[in-house]
Amino acid sequence: MIRTAWLVAAKDLRIEMRSRVLLWQVVPFGVIALLLCGLALGPAHAGRSSAGPGLYYLVTLLVTLLMVNRSQAVERSPGTKSSVATLGLDPAGVFLGKSLALAIELWVTGLVLLAGAVLVLHTALHGAIVALPSIVVTLGALAAAGTLYGALTAGGETTATLLPVLCLPAFAPLLIAGERSFYDALHGGSLLGWWVIVVVALVSYLAMGILLYGVLED
Amino acid sequence: MAKHLLERLLGPVTLALLALTFWFGLWVTPPDKVQGNLARLVYVHPSVAWVALYVSFGTATIASVLYLWTRTRSMVMDRVAHCAMELSVLFIVLTLITGSIWGRPTWGVWWAWDARLTSTAILGVLALGYLALRRANDDPALRARRSAVFAILAAINVPIIHFSVDWWKTLHQGATVFGEGRHLKIHGLMAGTLLISFVGFTLLFFWLLRARYRLEVQREALTTATLDDALATRRREGAMQ
Repeated sequence: MIRTAWLVAAKDLRIEMRSRVLLWQVVPFGVIALLLCGLALGPAHAGRSSAGPGLYYLVTLLVTLLMVNRSQAVERSPGTKSSVATLGLDPAGVFLGKSLALAIELWVTGLVLLAGAVLVLHTALHGAIVALPSIVVTLGALAAAGTLYGALTAGGETTATLLPVLCLPAFAPLLIAGERSFYDALHGGSLLGWWVIVVVALVSYLAMGILLYGVLED
Repeated sequence: MAKHLLERLLGPVTLALLALTFWFGLWVTPPDKVQGNLARLVYVHPSVAWVALYVSFGTATIASVLYLWTRTRSMVMDRVAHCAMELSVLFIVLTLITGSIWGRPTWGVWWAWDARLTSTAILGVLALGYLALRRANDDPALRARRSAVFAILAAINVPIIHFSVDWWKTLHQGATVFGEGRHLKIHGLMAGTLLISFVGFTLLFFWLLRARYRLEVQREALTTATLDDALATRRREGAMQ
């Protein structure tokens, strides 16, 4: 399972490195969305808003949707599905691999967006650094959940519209926990309670994915 | 024979219990000492929420698990999950509406960003997502498989809703019927009316589920018959050419 996970993760990351969709499309989209958040708050409020953590996670969710779509799209190219079926890869390993690749892409994008939040929304640098571990775990949980929901909607004509309908309500608890822990990191509050929620969510989604991904790939 | 009798009695018994609930709730039970007549919503809101979160969503989740388990896999389970989820949407909407009617005079707002309210609304959107997912897949086996997985994933939200009043400081009150140490918080006629209400709304769910299930079977049969007719017509046209 672990070997399959490494293989699939390496394959997805290699495709991303070659196509550079993340670099030229997803990251610029995230930065534009962050700038628009600043504009929506207005020049007088953008720099001292307490909405920074919430806006950061909102933009991250939108970026996650794009990346989940992208992660599933690479499996839809002609012959890929039959090749994977012929190789007899362990579905749990495929799930873990795709989740890991998505998590790595999200961590890179999340770092860029965090720098953007510090610059544009004037989020305190020290607080942002304190929040980093919780952001890493939250984005990991988003990647696991996104991979699972992406597989649920894959292959249909309505994937692009169906994915947000299914994903966003499921992402909401992660958004709340992530935003609260980021907020607490900025204002010196206790991170433990929200950390527990995010870690439980990460473990639950990984367990569900390992158990159920094979059913979706049949 | 007994099954047939039970099926026949389900509707009348449900209607009788609901009528009793409204009669006792509106006229027989006294108003609350603090909340006055507003407290009469307690005979509707908790029972509707019980059906929405635990009975209907629980039925959909159990049917989904049974569908995914190869030993019990059948389209019956898929149909039950689908019909229960549709009813779950109905009861979640009713829960939110009755909650809002109680919230406006009590909290001063129709809606509050409270953990219980928000998580219940999210569950409603998830149930709608389940129905959207079903409409997006034409292949019955694929549709059943994906819907079953989604129902199980969505069910994670149910314990979050249940424990939200304990985990977070919420506007929404804690448990309505039982207090700490499983002590009853409601007594006498009020407790009796509440019990009738819980049984009545639970039976209403199963009555509606049975009717919706029958409708679904007829709809599937009609779709198959229409397809067979269309194929036969095409074959006849082909033979004539």
